[in-house]
Amino acid sequence: MFTYYLRLAWISILRHWGLSLVMICAIGLGIGAAMTTITVNYLMSANPIPHKSEQLFYVQLDSWDVNEPFDEGVNPPDQLTYTDSTNLMKANKAFRQNVQAQAYGVIEPDDADLLPISVTARANSADFFAMFDVPFIYGSAWSEESDSDKEQVIVLSKKMNDQIFGGENSVGKTIKFDNNIFKVTGVIDHWQPKPRFYDITTGAFNESEDVFVPFSLIAEEKVRRSGNTNCWKPSGDGMAAFLAGECIWTQFWVELRSEQEKEDYMTFLNAYVEEQKQYGRFERPLNNRLSNVMQWLENQEVVADDARMMMAMSLMFLTVCLLNTIGLLLAKFLGKAPEIGLRQALGASKATLFSQYIIESACIGFAGGILGLGLSFLGLIGIENLYGEYMQGLATLDITMMTLAIVLALVCTVIAGLYPTWRACNISPAQQLKSQ
Amino acid sequence: MLETGLIIRALMRNKIGALLIALQIALTMTIIVNAIFMIQDRQSQMLRSSGVDETNTFYLTNTIFGQDYNIQSALQTDLNTLRKTPGVVDAIQINAIPLSGGGWSSGVQTEAGEDKDGIGTAVYMVDDHAINTLGLELIAGENFKDTDIQWRKSGQSTWPDKVIVTKALALSLFPGDWQSALGKTVFISQNQTIQIIGILKQLQAPWNGWDGVERSMLVPFQMESKGSRLFIRTEPGKRDLLMPQIEKMLAESDKGRIIRSMRTMEETRERSYQRHNATNKILTTVVITLTIITGFGIVGLAIFSINRRTKQIGTRRALGATRWQIMRYFMVENMLISGVGIVIGCIGAVSLNMWLVKTFNLSPINIELILFGVIALLFVGQLAVLYPARKASLISPATATRTV
Repeated sequence: MFTYYLRLAWISILRHWGLSLVMICAIGLGIGAAMTTITVNYLMSANPIPHKSEQLFYVQLDSWDVNEPFDEGVNPPDQLTYTDSTNLMKANKAFRQNVQAQAYGVIEPDDADLLPISVTARANSADFFAMFDVPFIYGSAWSEESDSDKEQVIVLSKKMNDQIFGGENSVGKTIKFDNNIFKVTGVIDHWQPKPRFYDITTGAFNESEDVFVPFSLIAEEKVRRSGNTNCWKPSGDGMAAFLAGECIWTQFWVELRSEQEKEDYMTFLNAYVEEQKQYGRFERPLNNRLSNVMQWLENQEVVADDARMMMAMSLMFLTVCLLNTIGLLLAKFLGKAPEIGLRQALGASKATLFSQYIIESACIGFAGGILGLGLSFLGLIGIENLYGEYMQGLATLDITMMTLAIVLALVCTVIAGLYPTWRACNISPAQQLKSQ
Repeated sequence: MLETGLIIRALMRNKIGALLIALQIALTMTIIVNAIFMIQDRQSQMLRSSGVDETNTFYLTNTIFGQDYNIQSALQTDLNTLRKTPGVVDAIQINAIPLSGGGWSSGVQTEAGEDKDGIGTAVYMVDDHAINTLGLELIAGENFKDTDIQWRKSGQSTWPDKVIVTKALALSLFPGDWQSALGKTVFISQNQTIQIIGILKQLQAPWNGWDGVERSMLVPFQMESKGSRLFIRTEPGKRDLLMPQIEKMLAESDKGRIIRSMRTMEETRERSYQRHNATNKILTTVVITLTIITGFGIVGLAIFSINRRTKQIGTRRALGATRWQIMRYFMVENMLISGVGIVIGCIGAVSLNMWLVKTFNLSPINIELILFGVIALLFVGQLAVLYPARKASLISPATATRTV
């Protein structure tokens, strides 16, 4: 029976090919627009580290000016001062902890034929790699002793290792980074979390760094820091004064395995701030925060306003396309009144008629879905071209999204077809037959 | 019009069909009015001038890694060579580039003290060649003298005692009278004094989305730092020719550094507004496609309703109605449906705008745009119904006498 209905639908679609084409195009465009924007939002709001996003917490302490609160008092500062993050690091109260900042430098390869390379770097502590599940090809992270002894050690990205050592195992070899000799302890595989959750302050969709070096070397002035620096109180001249000043430029992450650990850590943070208050710091009311990965991404509004607005627009667009389809299906089915009357007179039940016309709607929906899928491929390519680096790698359709496109098209058209079908089934056969 | 009542009664017999078109028109209007509004908003931001001579300028990053490197003398050598190069108008070292998205800011206040409000401003550290190199216009006061320029060590927290500010910054500091700012002493880092010696017509901050984008100031500092930018202005038409030459010359003259990220100001503007541009293109596509879909929807439904009423139209023609009267019937019918849709659409457009204002901090829509939406959609409706209505008017009166 199903194939018979399919054949009937095919005949009907062909007979009114113009109308069918308008409907298929409308659904295709609607689905195409909706899927393009849904995909972008879906990828922007993706969980970059699903298996432990609930256990990683970003630490915020309100060390800001009592006269002019940070973010008008809505949120605590988005980074920590050097003083606070090194104190928290020393306290060592969490299962794992990581202090970090963005850095940069120049690598001079030993091979005189190779030009010096300007690289992006992350200055972080040993736990960074284990906390964020960074995959290693060779070697491993440096040890906690390396951090405290301020050893000149470095972890290379795959890209850098390929460029400098031709991809071979470089563990134990040395490299000249900003005029200092660094020992390679490990090489990581390609690692690009999207969003790059571990440092939102320097761009949620930027590339991950070329090299990783111990954070403790910043104070030694062996690593040059970059990224955002925000001060509310003038500090004195020189590095030591800067480090001791009220400037926020470090980020602090902790790994806490249970609700209990989280509560304990929060208690510790509050006690720490109370203690600092005695030294005349932290004049604002207690405003500490622990946000897990997804809370932190949401708080930092990683999903761009543009993307959210476009999605709202495209869903309205899809609604217009569906209204269009309802109207056209209604016209089409009512136009078939004589045929329906005849079939009813010959014994077709309402259920039979209903399934026949729903199948016809679904066929149109399916065709529209396929067209929409094609259009969303084009749409995503277009978005990638238009937005450039900003959307790089965000515009890809995975299986989930492709299935969603087809299902969305089918569900939408079937819903759109319900009213017209119901009207068609309620045509009184006697009246139709009389007029023939 | 006499037929209006008749048309309404006829419409009431097929309420749903008419309502569907009306709703479609309403939603279309809601979307296109807001989309055009957002396009205009972005367009006006993109049209703002940065104050810099963008067509003839470019910059590059100078990263020093050599040991025992004399930064001061190297910079002087670079600037002297650049300024003497034929085709180059002038060159400076600068800490940040307008529109580039990355830079320095600081608070400036008219009264000293930690508890006084400061006004955020972008800081450009430059020497006395800045006005000429950037192509700025000094509208009051004077430029720095070469004796004003100081060396700034990295991490230094003190400031020089003179600054040149933009008119917008002068206005924020001294509301109502920017000219009075000239010669005044203001405070930076809460209690260090600086004197305003000049006022610029315009120079934008590095951040195009910042509401204080017009507030910036020039500080007479040469930076003794291992990473800095050189900004170069060429004679008109010579930029593209000189860029590779200068890059090569600088790279070869000194092996203790890397010259990289060379970029023109035009490219910087393009990159700065890339997202604006992209969003505008997408919104434009939405507006056009949506109008076409709605138009085709009207055509499709009108053709169907005419086909169903062939016999009735024939009867009217046989009873003496002219072709024009038949056409008019369908055009008035469309006008009525569109009218209902547009009224709902106006409410929708304003509500959507209110939501956008609340959620995305957009500004409220203007009435002209809504009026434009009303006229545009009425026009689209009439245009879409024209072909079906003409088809209807061509139905022969003899149809009335035939059975279907």
